Amino acid sequence: MSDEYILELQHIRKEYPGVVALKDVSLEVKKGEILALIGENGAGKSTLIKTCSGAVIPTSGKIVINGKEFTQMSPQLAAENGIAIIYQEFNNVKGLSAAENLFLGNPIRKGIVIDKKAMEKEAEKAFAQLNIKINPKTLVGDLTVGYQQMIEIAKAILQDAKVLIMDEPSAPLTNAEVESMFKVCELLKAKGVSIIYISHRLEEIYRLSDRIVVLRDGEYIKTLITKDSHVDELIQLMVGRSLNETFPPREARYREDEIVLELQDVSGNGDKNINLQVRKGEILGLGGLVGAGRTELVQMIFGAAKKTEGKMIFKGKEINPKAPREAIDLGIALVPEDRKRHGVLLGVSVKNNINMPIYKKISKASVINNKKEFETAKKYEKELLIKTPTLHQLVKNLSGGNQQKVIIGKWLAANSELIIFDEPTRGIDVGAKAEIYKLMNEVIENGKTILLISSEMEELMGMSDRIVVLAEGRITGELQKDEFDQETIMKMASAV
Amino acid sequence: MKSTIIRILKEKAIWIVFIVLFIAFSLANHRFISTSNLFTIARQVSMLGIASIGMTFVILIAGIDLSTGSIITFVNIVGAFLMVNMGFSMVAAVVVSLILSMLVGVINGCMISSIGIPAIIATFATQIVFEGISYLICGGTPIYGFDERFKVIGQGYLGPVPVPVIIMIVCFAIGSFILNKSYFGRYFYAVGGNEDAAKLSGIRVGRTKYLVYALSGLFAGLAGIVMLSRTNSAQPTAGLGYEFDVITCVVLGGVSISGGFGKMSNVVAGVLIIGILSNGMVLLNVSTYMQMVVKGIVLVLAVGFDSFQKKRALT
Repeated sequence: MSDEYILELQHIRKEYPGVVALKDVSLEVKKGEILALIGENGAGKSTLIKTCSGAVIPTSGKIVINGKEFTQMSPQLAAENGIAIIYQEFNNVKGLSAAENLFLGNPIRKGIVIDKKAMEKEAEKAFAQLNIKINPKTLVGDLTVGYQQMIEIAKAILQDAKVLIMDEPSAPLTNAEVESMFKVCELLKAKGVSIIYISHRLEEIYRLSDRIVVLRDGEYIKTLITKDSHVDELIQLMVGRSLNETFPPREARYREDEIVLELQDVSGNGDKNINLQVRKGEILGLGGLVGAGRTELVQMIFGAAKKTEGKMIFKGKEINPKAPREAIDLGIALVPEDRKRHGVLLGVSVKNNINMPIYKKISKASVINNKKEFETAKKYEKELLIKTPTLHQLVKNLSGGNQQKVIIGKWLAANSELIIFDEPTRGIDVGAKAEIYKLMNEVIENGKTILLISSEMEELMGMSDRIVVLAEGRITGELQKDEFDQETIMKMASAV
Repeated sequence: MKSTIIRILKEKAIWIVFIVLFIAFSLANHRFISTSNLFTIARQVSMLGIASIGMTFVILIAGIDLSTGSIITFVNIVGAFLMVNMGFSMVAAVVVSLILSMLVGVINGCMISSIGIPAIIATFATQIVFEGISYLICGGTPIYGFDERFKVIGQGYLGPVPVPVIIMIVCFAIGSFILNKSYFGRYFYAVGGNEDAAKLSGIRVGRTKYLVYALSGLFAGLAGIVMLSRTNSAQPTAGLGYEFDVITCVVLGGVSISGGFGKMSNVVAGVLIIGILSNGMVLLNVSTYMQMVVKGIVLVLAVGFDSFQKKRALT
């Protein structure tokens, strides 16, 4: 062991029931260096850094901070040992001043009275150290995101952090704000603070970091010296898995000239100038990294978010859905990303969930036709092989895969023509995954069209007929089936 | 088999509470079980029952309506004012009052759904405003001197059965129908269970809320009409604090205060329990103040039971 390392993670392994999130990952952070941690969505970056804060307890492995060994951390231990993490969601109170936020939970006091003056003085010193201009009296809610982040950094420095871990710090910032954040990072580095920098943006990593650690599928892949490496090599390492999962085959059913949905210069909800065409009978994959604006795009198509500009044409007619109900009536359906919060009604039965969008249709003078209601539910229970003791079972008692089938059944019952799947297999076990893929193929065979958002490269390439890639709210590329290639997609998604 | 029995017992637990309470009061005071007293209870609970139907819908969608008592007062005063001071016929006065009560509900719906004011504050404000309006209309003095036939609604009998009880039964049938047979009922459960998911399933959540608060206003208004006929004079304090009893009935009937769960049939039990509790305590000479203490504790127990189960399920 050498004393030049401030933080070492040794053979970290993390198992969840049925999944191994981290497999024997080791890395070292030198004093005063900026270490970039990169990998695709789900590579294990977040899990790994959470072991440093105690938010995740590793199954095995050691964390060594300044020569002291730990088998697990806690937020207190991390703070005491100089580890600070800046998450994407800030831990601030918007109604308190910048100074008070710096001392949140541990204010400078005189007896039971807080000493505002002293806190403001200390805050001023801390900001001056970082060379940033914030009036300590300003309410945090009145500050821009960039300054709010600076306060998080100042808080860490005030607590004497030796290692600063930053999770996608540039994601919410404007270009100018990113520049000043970089300056602060460099300043900290000069003062001997180490930084672990997580980002999807490869250009930032090349500008800022000294070394790069690549993770893939929960495994440590390689450490690169930044100035000796090349972007192509990096991308290859990130995606370089062998594709071995097989997907159920499907005959191409689409025709080039039959367009179901066309977007012309659609902007809004964080997306800009989106142009795309969805052909009838195809699975169009939307690729990209988390936060690329894919979910935001489909929300606009489904009427769950407002578009500010552009035209949407569905089956030859311009549409402008202002509520999901309108989109559903047009024949558009959404299987949302967060199944439990947005997809199913957990406290409602399988039968009622499936019928929910069509109740009005199967009612006469508002009275439900119980026979139709039951038959519809029964039909999709059989067709989709939903495993449930009875149709009256509450959906919360079903497995994730079966809940997903209930949602698909609901949209088939509503006779939707375009079904949008947003991360359809997230949190679903392998067996159920294969069933969902088969169902998607059946949906296509029944003459319908699918828009598929997936962050799993294999799934995206395995299921799509065509892939459009987004990055930061814009389309950065389109690939036909014979052009599918992990590295190309990754490059487009990273916008390099 | 065993689990089915447990499930049924759980579902019907409130009825068991009712029966136990009923037997206890019968043993404690022989007058309790006399026919005339039972009819008194039935008449007393009729208004509570009618108002609790609307409240059931409201609580099912995870809302609350604190304006119920105030709407009852308002309908009392307006109905009486229309008949006595404006010379409206009985039927016209009743119809206009009911429409107005529904409009108060629509105002609640607008504040909650379109503006986004929390239900507890919106309906609290409505409560105060319409109590004030009632006083403004009547000038603080009771209004009386109605058409003799108006008495029938609150005091009449159809054979041996009091008319208000019949009205209540019909209302429960309608409420049950809305909840179980019409698609609106499905929407109520969906909105109360998870508003986001309901919206993404194609339910127009905003409209559903309007409907629910309008119905709550309407049922409260109907309870107000029955009360006006029963007391035969309109008091500006007629419905004071009534929402408290109504909410207690509904929650006691197992409708989850956080929305999404509940059955109309069990609300009937909740209403009956509050009915015999009030009546029984009077017979046992329990002071009004002590009754308040008991009712407050009953509400805490009912909500506590639901909340504690949820909390345990989470941890």
